[in-house]
Amino acid sequence: MRDVAIIGIGQTKVGEHWDKSLKELATESILAAIKDARTERVDSLYVGNMLSGELTGQEHLGALVSDFVGLRGVEAVKIEAACGSGAAALRMGYVTVAGELADIVVVAGVEKMTDKPGDAVTASLAMAADGDFEAQNGLSFVALNALLMRRYMHEYGVKHEEFAPFAINAHRNAVNNPYAMFPFAVTAEDFKKSKMIADPVNLLDSSPVCDGSAAVVLCPLDMARHRYASEHPVKLRACAIATDSIALHDRRDLLGLEGAALSAHKAYSQAGLGPQDIDLFEVHDAFTIMSVLSLEVCGFAERGRGTRLGLDGDIAIGGRIPITTMGGLKARGHPVGATGVYQIVEVVEQLRGQAGKNQVSDARLGMAQNIGGSGATVITTILEAMD
Amino acid sequence: MGLLKPNRDVGIIGYGAYVPRYRLPATEVSRIWEGGEGALPIKEKAVPGLDEDVATMSIEAARNAMARARIDPTLIRAVWVGSESHPYAVKPTSTIVAEAIGAVPHTQAADWQFACKAGTEAMQAAIGFVGSGMADYAMAVGMDTAQGRPGDALEYTAGAGGAAYIIGPANEALAVFEGSLSYVTDTPDFWRRQYEHYPEHGSRFTGEPAYFKHVMSAASELMEALGARPSDYAYAVFHQPNAKFPVKAGRDLGFSRDQIKAGLLVNEIGNTYAGAAIIGLTAILDEAKPGDRILAVSFGSGAGSDAFSLRVTEHITHRHEGVPTTRQYIARRVEIDYATYARHRKKLLME
Repeated sequence: MRDVAIIGIGQTKVGEHWDKSLKELATESILAAIKDARTERVDSLYVGNMLSGELTGQEHLGALVSDFVGLRGVEAVKIEAACGSGAAALRMGYVTVAGELADIVVVAGVEKMTDKPGDAVTASLAMAADGDFEAQNGLSFVALNALLMRRYMHEYGVKHEEFAPFAINAHRNAVNNPYAMFPFAVTAEDFKKSKMIADPVNLLDSSPVCDGSAAVVLCPLDMARHRYASEHPVKLRACAIATDSIALHDRRDLLGLEGAALSAHKAYSQAGLGPQDIDLFEVHDAFTIMSVLSLEVCGFAERGRGTRLGLDGDIAIGGRIPITTMGGLKARGHPVGATGVYQIVEVVEQLRGQAGKNQVSDARLGMAQNIGGSGATVITTILEAMD
Repeated sequence: MGLLKPNRDVGIIGYGAYVPRYRLPATEVSRIWEGGEGALPIKEKAVPGLDEDVATMSIEAARNAMARARIDPTLIRAVWVGSESHPYAVKPTSTIVAEAIGAVPHTQAADWQFACKAGTEAMQAAIGFVGSGMADYAMAVGMDTAQGRPGDALEYTAGAGGAAYIIGPANEALAVFEGSLSYVTDTPDFWRRQYEHYPEHGSRFTGEPAYFKHVMSAASELMEALGARPSDYAYAVFHQPNAKFPVKAGRDLGFSRDQIKAGLLVNEIGNTYAGAAIIGLTAILDEAKPGDRILAVSFGSGAGSDAFSLRVTEHITHRHEGVPTTRQYIARRVEIDYATYARHRKKLLME
């Protein structure tokens, strides 16, 4: 086993790319990452994606993308874990480098969701839920999160407006991210008037349907220092996957998000540190309730008190635990299979000191958590700035 | 580039609108499909009666246009109806209208289709037909009774209505064409196969890459070619599929709310498809004064826009007696419920 570093990052703007295909988007981010890494050689490619078959009629993305990008012949596969596909692909890439089976590995996440009408996308996203018991009964993804939010509000006596700071914070940060889909601010008033989608989840609680791709280049930390002239290698301190039951009704502790708790616990163990050491957290804010639950089970707030972090300003760039520092899923966007890699790219930007106006000062340790489904696959990654 | 000007100046000799009397409030559509919740894109839309179709409606609009034009119908050398709801797939609506107004037999008659710009397509052709000297008068009609798929967002707005225009020599016209321009690309934002009853559309794709790209390009390129600015116009009217798009297009081009007010009818009659931009133009002509300049821009899915710049003449003051105005058609309303609408629109399968 050896230490692994990230030496290159690339991303496309998140948006409605009606003029670009899945493989064009993937190529854009991958070539940018390879250029950033200043490497000529790539040994393998892992492509994270959830819905290419359903929404673009194309599977077999490993081979498709490796050829189109100019890497014909390398080991390449598509990795799928619903909205956790991006970070799941990262875990696979990490394992092959750490396990000394490959040296230079590209991990890319890509998703195209805007070429089909809304109903088709909603139906496809529901495939991240339990097909037999949840999707069959008409539970859309928004509905599942609405169930979680409603239960949370009931158990802890929390009002809906208390979730607003998570949307407001994400949007505020997106203003300074040129890759963000929604680079504009929203207010508490906007949140209150926002259209209801599945009570109590409204439009501003929810991340958007969109297209995008992000990529990173991994290599052994030693190689990063000596051979690839990488001025800013970022070390992978931990990368851990945990699973939970897919169906909400099978969870042992509904609001305990056990998959996230377990994944975070494994990651903290791997890294030998705890939540108090983390300088920033790219949380999986697919819905505001998910941000709150993640923050609690990862140890940043007590159960039932997660919304206080928003209300007290702790989640802001200058706060105690900055989250969604480049806009998060809400405002940078959530091209589902690509999101996990966007999160990593953004943590790397922070740790390199390249986050511009959104820079978290003295960022040394960054955490990202990518969640598949309503918490059934969770991948927690901890990255460290190297000098 | 692309500016269209005929060899001799031509203009509108007569114009006429038609809107059926029935109105389906958006609240009814919402009541049935969304439990009364959800945002309403317009107030209400016009619904044709049991015995109405694009042929009957075009005839009434054409008769109104003839009443304003006061010309011998046998001098009309083309009667062209543009629609996406022609009564027949094969058998022109245009011949029915031509016969009804007495323009037969020495006339061109063919049906046009280009989604919501079928009517302005016919107008562009009529400008060329008369402008070349081949004919002194040509009639162009844009009229629709487009069907909205039950439960679809477009069911709120798919309305019925339209307008007829007689194009003739500029010296007889109540409004002269200063120039026109067409902007067309292959953009599949909205379509209907022959064997399908209802159209399909690309949701958000119908916005920026379709409506806005073509409307904005046609409008700005025409104004640039003519050396005109928004402030030179008394009125502007755009294709109006809902209340938001034409307002945004007008604002982004630099027109004020006042300039687009007279032609904006969608809130009260719905999207009249091939009739939409041009029925808005009739409402403008009903109140315009000599010297007023008007910019009219249609949009048809598939996709394209026709833009026209017009200058109103002295003749307009003599062309109104005895002919119903567009506002009068709009005010003539009978509210119906969703069940009556379903019956009128033959949505109930009887076998």
